[in-house]
Amino acid sequence: MLAILDYEAGNQTSVLRALRHLGIPGEITRDPAVIERASGIIFPGVGAAGQAMQNLTNSGLDRVLRAQIELGKPLLGICVGCQILLDYSQENDTATMGVVPGECVLFNPALTDEDGQPIRVPHMGWNSVQRKAPCELFEGIADDAEFYFVHSYFPSPRSEYVLATTTYGVEFCSVHGRRGMWAVQFHPEKSGRPGLALLRNFHRYCQEAQDAQ
Amino acid sequence: MLSKRVIPCLDVRDGRLTKGIKFKGNVDIGDPVETARLYYEQGADEIVFYDITASSDGRSIMLDVVDRVASQIFIPFSVGGGISTVEHMRAVLLAGAEKVSVNSAAVKNPDIISKGAAAFGSQAIVVGMDVLKVDKSEQIPSGYEIVIHGGRKRMGLDAIDWAKTVEALGAGELCVNSIDADGTKDGYELTLTRMVCEAVTIPVIASGGAGNPQHMVEAVTQGKATAALIASIVHYGEYTIPQLKQYMSGQGVKVRTVW
Repeated sequence: MLAILDYEAGNQTSVLRALRHLGIPGEITRDPAVIERASGIIFPGVGAAGQAMQNLTNSGLDRVLRAQIELGKPLLGICVGCQILLDYSQENDTATMGVVPGECVLFNPALTDEDGQPIRVPHMGWNSVQRKAPCELFEGIADDAEFYFVHSYFPSPRSEYVLATTTYGVEFCSVHGRRGMWAVQFHPEKSGRPGLALLRNFHRYCQEAQDAQ
Repeated sequence: MLSKRVIPCLDVRDGRLTKGIKFKGNVDIGDPVETARLYYEQGADEIVFYDITASSDGRSIMLDVVDRVASQIFIPFSVGGGISTVEHMRAVLLAGAEKVSVNSAAVKNPDIISKGAAAFGSQAIVVGMDVLKVDKSEQIPSGYEIVIHGGRKRMGLDAIDWAKTVEALGAGELCVNSIDADGTKDGYELTLTRMVCEAVTIPVIASGGAGNPQHMVEAVTQGKATAALIASIVHYGEYTIPQLKQYMSGQGVKVRTVW
């Protein structure tokens, strides 16, 4: 069972719907016992970093999450859930969880695209992901597969945590983390088949990790 | 590199499609969920549902459609038509839509945009603009005026000013629909599309007038739009979405071709 962390993030039901479609047991929860029992945790997120961090702290879920990460529980952060694993977000000038060294920064609207046009913010739509390091999440997914993004801020972790990048005016980190603790800036639950495949890969990794214990 | 989006728009009344839609396969032609699923499987990048339901009964049926779509279709979709309160937005988003689109309600009460953006984030709020070409005047310097009620009521509001206003209020995206081009299949209103795109920095969807894939290429090149809304050219089976994308790609437009 995968635990979808319930801290009033906008897309938690979308993530659950995608898991159901894949036949993967999942539960939206804030119950520490359920989170501890889960083979892996999905940390979703839509909206603003400040509010998200506040909900997380007020509910005490930040401590639960941190403890599970320290125990090596597999984790998948999505969008805002990817951003607030870092130390700091420019959005609402927010101190975030500090699990991965780095910060989250605003797209500079003065940047231009391949045609020399100013980029539009938010970065909204389908974009590709260039893999920089091996990552189990992408097993069996075509190199040129695209994923759905919608965000105005992007993660900028320390370089050894960069697993994949995407280009939008600037080449930014779209997947970060380390083996078993991953964070993706795009929305796998809304990225068609490649996104569903990524969620299936995460679940398989979680099961194998649990079986190995 | 960001792909240009191809977005089919489905008109729904009381939970059923309002136009006959012709395509192959064992699909109920009146069911918006089955049609949306077909477009999803063909590689649509996003889907727009336009709810023209009048009754409150029909509105709850629409929420059921949204829930069924969200359980089967794993790309973003938005719902517009008749949304006028934050509570209504919340119901549609909770049922599984990514975005809500407001049009007439935003013109009558622009606060709905900022309230919606504060409650759900700008990325969830699309503002639809119905625009009529008029003589340039002091009041309408661009020569494009905002209209509501399907184009029947002129609002004395300049379309370019309005686009800037709604961006400042927190809209995450604009859908610019030309009343003059809508249904003509003669191509999008490129001048209008380009003027709006140059006036704002949020994404802009071109709407109204698509008759062939070259029109879609023009919308995203000359018109500078980030997405092209389509309806009859796919609904009546003239083109499939892969055919449209293949053409656009052949013209040098970056589109999503792996799905």
